[in-house]
Amino acid sequence: MTTALQVHDLHFSYHDGLTALRGVSFQICEGDKVALVGPNGAGKSTLMLHLNGILHGQGEVNVGGKRLTRENLPAIRSMVGLVFQNPDDQLFSPTVFEDVAFGPLHMGLPMKEVETRVNAALDAVKMSGFRDRLSHHLSVGEKKRIAIATVLSMDPQILVLDEPSAGLDPRARRTLINLLRELPITMLVSTHDMRLVQELFPRTIVMDEGMIVADGRTNDILENETLLTAHGLEKP
Amino acid sequence: MLYSPEPLHIPDGFLSLTVSIICWVISALTISVAVSRSNKALGERQIPLMGIMAAFLFAAQMINFPVAGGTSGHLLGGALAAITLGPWAGMLVMTAVISVQALLLQDGGLLVMGANILNMGLITAAIGYGLYRSVSTGSRTLKLTVAGIAAWLSVMGGALFTSLQLWLSGTSQLQVVIPAMLGVHALIGLGEALITVAALSFIFQTRPDLLGKNSESAMGSRGWVVAGVLISLAVILLSPFASADPDGLERVAGDLGFLAQGSDAPYQILPDYTVPFLGETALSTIIAGMIGAAVVGVIIVLLGQAMKAKS
Amino acid sequence: MHFDVFDRYHENESFVHRLDPRVKVVATVVFILSNALLPDGAWVAFGLSWLFLLLANLLSNLGLGFTFKRSLVALPFALIALTVLFSIPGNPLTSFHFLFWDFTITDAGLLRFVSILIRSWLSVQMAILLVAVARFPDLIHALEHLRVPSILTTIIAFLYRYLFVLADEVFRLMRARESRSAAAPGKRSGGSVAWRAGIVGHMAGQLFLRSYERSERVYNAMLARGYVGHMETIHPHELRRRDYITVALVLLVILFFQLVGRV
Repeated sequence: MTTALQVHDLHFSYHDGLTALRGVSFQICEGDKVALVGPNGAGKSTLMLHLNGILHGQGEVNVGGKRLTRENLPAIRSMVGLVFQNPDDQLFSPTVFEDVAFGPLHMGLPMKEVETRVNAALDAVKMSGFRDRLSHHLSVGEKKRIAIATVLSMDPQILVLDEPSAGLDPRARRTLINLLRELPITMLVSTHDMRLVQELFPRTIVMDEGMIVADGRTNDILENETLLTAHGLEKP
Repeated sequence: MLYSPEPLHIPDGFLSLTVSIICWVISALTISVAVSRSNKALGERQIPLMGIMAAFLFAAQMINFPVAGGTSGHLLGGALAAITLGPWAGMLVMTAVISVQALLLQDGGLLVMGANILNMGLITAAIGYGLYRSVSTGSRTLKLTVAGIAAWLSVMGGALFTSLQLWLSGTSQLQVVIPAMLGVHALIGLGEALITVAALSFIFQTRPDLLGKNSESAMGSRGWVVAGVLISLAVILLSPFASADPDGLERVAGDLGFLAQGSDAPYQILPDYTVPFLGETALSTIIAGMIGAAVVGVIIVLLGQAMKAKS
Repeated sequence: MHFDVFDRYHENESFVHRLDPRVKVVATVVFILSNALLPDGAWVAFGLSWLFLLLANLLSNLGLGFTFKRSLVALPFALIALTVLFSIPGNPLTSFHFLFWDFTITDAGLLRFVSILIRSWLSVQMAILLVAVARFPDLIHALEHLRVPSILTTIIAFLYRYLFVLADEVFRLMRARESRSAAAPGKRSGGSVAWRAGIVGHMAGQLFLRSYERSERVYNAMLARGYVGHMETIHPHELRRRDYITVALVLLVILFFQLVGRV
């Protein structure tokens, strides 16, 4: 059981003094699908931004056995696929193809390889017919899936998603759930959608006020009413 | 500091008062025309549209891309603003951006703002729009190509005018500032061209109606083509001439009395209690005295108001 | 996101803070004008101006070194004036040889160069102080009072309002780009400069469209609340006795500097 991601005693404070992470430690093994839950302001997004080096705190972050340092950031970024909450932030090219191709192109891969990867990524998110569509014209659900594809094309070892189901109507949400279920990739997903957690993720990490307050089997955590209430969560 | 001063934002202190004032006059006149013309074209949509597009330009200028050796390139945007919003609205938007940069971020001086607006907002918009308008009936490829050239020329135009202003103020030597400014901006202009073309291409693909026949973009009259071409020609012709024969240019300027000579403080407006253009005559002394009296009078009035006003 | 980049205002209780924003704008402009009018080498007058600046810092309760600490940003532009060291005829001070040219620094050249730097340095500090002691919306009101056309001031107001929203979008776009800017082992990453510039262009185009469409929504919201084409501006500021006195004093002091500078 290889370790895909390991975080050790991570601390971080923003410029204005706000302490966002107070000693976060956890480990994710290859193939794990883990949910990250907690109230707004718990530090979930901040934590995620540490996983591909956008933010740098005190402590250790190891991806696939490699320690995250400034020098190997470009390499780490090909291993950690971070998908932000707002798909508009991710789609900055005119066509879907160009957006999904950005990652591999930046990595300097030859055009043929780029093509293969783009097609594979679009296949994985069930959007093969959308190659030449204009990102600007897609629906929110479609954009979210394309956003995932833009990261899959880099062939990451771990997928980190921030609120993937936020803002989706029931149908788009169902499509997304099926997609996430079928993707054979290690996953860390932050969400408020407790039914999503129950359906897809065997393990849950609960965060509050910059710390991990629980880390274990989803079923156990969801049965613990005291824990849930204490951290602003509700049983689905 | 994510926002770094561009070489074209002149700070206070580097231009003579005369040059500053002339630039203010030109800018103020152009802006007032722009205000009335864009009002006619856009009507009541004008304010929210231009305000938000000004914010867009300001923000877009912050996006950078690494060029080489730690330097990065970004957009100036005068050509893009004029092509997408129409010439007058583009000028107004750039004016707003430049003034906020100066006020809020001290990027560019307050007294020299007229010059900065002229260089970065008006010249760039005129060249950018004028050239683009000349191919308004052409194919998309033609439009994009011309837009790229126009964007490059607009940056060169801004650089040229900045250099001339610095030279006329006695701050820089012509034979140094022209090649330095134009050289650097020939490269910056390339970035501007690439970014402008890519941005326009994006808009053409996703919302071509914004650049089509009935859009703001097409509202400018053909007169702009003349203006744009003339200014571009001036830039193209003057730049190499100025670089190659700076002494020639200096001589001409000296003969015409434009150039601030040597260590005579170019910043004196009322040297020795005389008014410059009237020379040392009794008349000029009187006028100088009257100006001084007026200032004192204003002070007295203000003090009087203070007495009357409640504290 | 960190919006403090655009929020230069320092909340404080001080004499200067309590002045009418018009007074602050006028004082700043007059000060900068005064610097521009002082002749080269007017060291005493420059020194007095600097003391005035320090006093303004003090009266704003921001500490004596407030503007000084922030003033060095504009200095790189000084390079553009370097040539005056050599180009103004006068008594030579020192010479050196570089590549194939001989450079001689004259006393008049040094005088001019240092004067330019001092003028610029003093002026930028006053401008820094201005935005630290007046809220930007108040500055916009001041401009309106001072007869800047309301079209412009309203556009500036909108700019300020939506700047943060758009800057935030830019940050997030750049962050997303950074997240996908990876390197594969053994391959040269980053693409060509032209490609990178193109990506920036796409981001700009994307931002343009979002902004354009947002402005349509904002316009509709304004219509829904009765907008008919021009903004009614409010004038919440009233000049008080201390404002008049301050302006008068500032003018007198500046006048004094001018006289001192020409003696």
